[in-house]
Amino acid sequence: MKRGLPFLLTCATLILVAIAWIQSGALKRRAISSAATPEEAVQSLMADIQARDWDRAYARLDRSNDLEKADFIRDIAGSDGSLRTNGTLQSFAVWPLHADENQAVERLRMQWSTAIGSLDDVRDLPVRRDGAMWRVVWPKPEFPVVPPQVIAVNYLRWDITGNDRSQSWGAQAVDSPRVRIISMNAIDHFDRTIVMGEIENEDTVPAYVNVNATLLGANGSTIDEEGSFELISHTLLPKQVSPYRIDFPGVRIGSVKSVRMDARALLVPASADPVITVADQVVNKDKIGRNVLAGNLVNESGETVNIAQVLASFYDDMGKVIWVSSGYVDQALLPQIATPFAVDIPNDVVSRMKNYHVVVNHYIRASI
Amino acid sequence: MRAFSFGFAGALAGAIVFVTAAAAAIEIRVPPKIEAGGAFTIQTSGTGSANFYLLGPGVASKRTIQLSSGVAVAPDEVSNAGEYRAVVCAGSDCTSAAFEVRAGKPARLSFFLHPSRVPVSLPNAIDATAVISDRYDNLVLAPTNIRFEISGGSSPASVKVVTTDRGIAWMRLASSSKAGAVRIAAVLGDIQEPRIIHQVAAEACGLRLNARANGKKTVFDTDPVRDCAGNPLPDGTIVSFTKVDASGKTTVDAPLKKGVAQVELPLKGAARISVACGVVVGNELSLRGAT
Repeated sequence: MKRGLPFLLTCATLILVAIAWIQSGALKRRAISSAATPEEAVQSLMADIQARDWDRAYARLDRSNDLEKADFIRDIAGSDGSLRTNGTLQSFAVWPLHADENQAVERLRMQWSTAIGSLDDVRDLPVRRDGAMWRVVWPKPEFPVVPPQVIAVNYLRWDITGNDRSQSWGAQAVDSPRVRIISMNAIDHFDRTIVMGEIENEDTVPAYVNVNATLLGANGSTIDEEGSFELISHTLLPKQVSPYRIDFPGVRIGSVKSVRMDARALLVPASADPVITVADQVVNKDKIGRNVLAGNLVNESGETVNIAQVLASFYDDMGKVIWVSSGYVDQALLPQIATPFAVDIPNDVVSRMKNYHVVVNHYIRASI
Repeated sequence: MRAFSFGFAGALAGAIVFVTAAAAAIEIRVPPKIEAGGAFTIQTSGTGSANFYLLGPGVASKRTIQLSSGVAVAPDEVSNAGEYRAVVCAGSDCTSAAFEVRAGKPARLSFFLHPSRVPVSLPNAIDATAVISDRYDNLVLAPTNIRFEISGGSSPASVKVVTTDRGIAWMRLASSSKAGAVRIAAVLGDIQEPRIIHQVAAEACGLRLNARANGKKTVFDTDPVRDCAGNPLPDGTIVSFTKVDASGKTTVDAPLKKGVAQVELPLKGAARISVACGVVVGNELSLRGAT
């Protein structure tokens, strides 16, 4: 009895450790560490990447294309403070596209867990036979090189002074910016009601905006109240227009009698820099058959934009906003370099949309 | 402490109303006109000593006095305007007298000018409200003339005199047609409270897009962007350029710089380029670039 309890506790601990090990995917990683088929080769590689074992992952590659280890790591783990740099590979799926005796092409879908949610990355990977093994030929990434140059940036910046709340009653204050909701549309979408539209900063100063919506029932009672959160460009320069979208999960539009909108604006310091061009926008299908609005973002500034968010509003032939999509770009926007982006479009929107408008939110990591 | 004071004052005032009817031996005489913060003396009749109570807005004090000699009330005991009551109690006999303390001479001017920015040419767009108070922040209820002096902007300097109603004077103004700072001051004797209001350009008007070749790219710029009254829109205002050609659609939100927005875009085949500023749409160009 005296030794029974410690023995029991030790056994229980070992069992729990074993369960945790299995749960963490280690068993799966161990099972797919072989590379007897093209699919297994990609799975083994991805298991090492998921474990961030770069040496082992790089050792698995076919290096006939002179891929440098540093480039391989940068391609996977990101750089320049982009979303990838603090993301982790949550899951992946592999399926064959083509295979013969010595070569194959596998389609890889990676799902990254990042600070703003999950991000998808779909790639087609060539795989080559190497004796009894298969090895992935990781496509050599071509990182853009920003040539040394001086980029003159002389756009406006707005600072705010004298915002002293200790001043006496009746002292002069600066008003909040005037903003206006220029369109609003409420729709039923699967299990939720979605309120969306556009808001304009009508003032001559920058505004930090937020849109809230309250759904009211037949008797005027409040059903739910939500804000636009990240589905809006919060900082609006004078005369700038941003889409907004507010989701009400679990609320069907049939129970909504009316919607009360509330646009709030704060006066904030802001800069007109950087200007980001949204180039080559086209609606097409991505590699896994989803409808997307794709294009390139070009940072016209001289400063690297670490994280960029694309917000797209889609209009029907009457000019009504019928959908608002959002997507993050997992690469940093280097100065003057085109960076691809894509945002999803639901199937029912593609058939009805006539036009679209894209705005870009940007986040620049403050230098310390 | 304040709750105690008001509770004490309320109970005492109730008791006084009951007692006063029965006891009329002591007489209290209060000056007919008392200004807030002004010292004065309350006269009493009778002989011997008594308790003196002073009850008023934010004040409840007690002291022992000699009847028939004046009771000096200090300025800080009557700094708040409003209804007061003086009570004198000799034994169980109490007498009281109510009096009113009015605000003193105007000493402060609180001036609210709203909004701080206003688009040009808007009727009744500017609210100016002045509130007069004495040096103890009591609202001066006596009708008083306030001068609103307006200068700057496109209109010549002007003055509008408004008489206060229950301590408040207000007026409404239209914004002028020219953008710029306007100074509006509320003046009362030596007291002057100036404020600045910025009249800003309204929506863009006649937005016009131009194009010129620059090597492989084409430069698109606007004419100086102005509102319908000819005021330039401020720098930093966003102008949206949209180009549709064989490579798809390209949009750029460019801020005005020196009154003009400019972008440089490559053209591929037939292209349509349009421009907008907020909800105002400009002209559209159809061009042909390299294929």
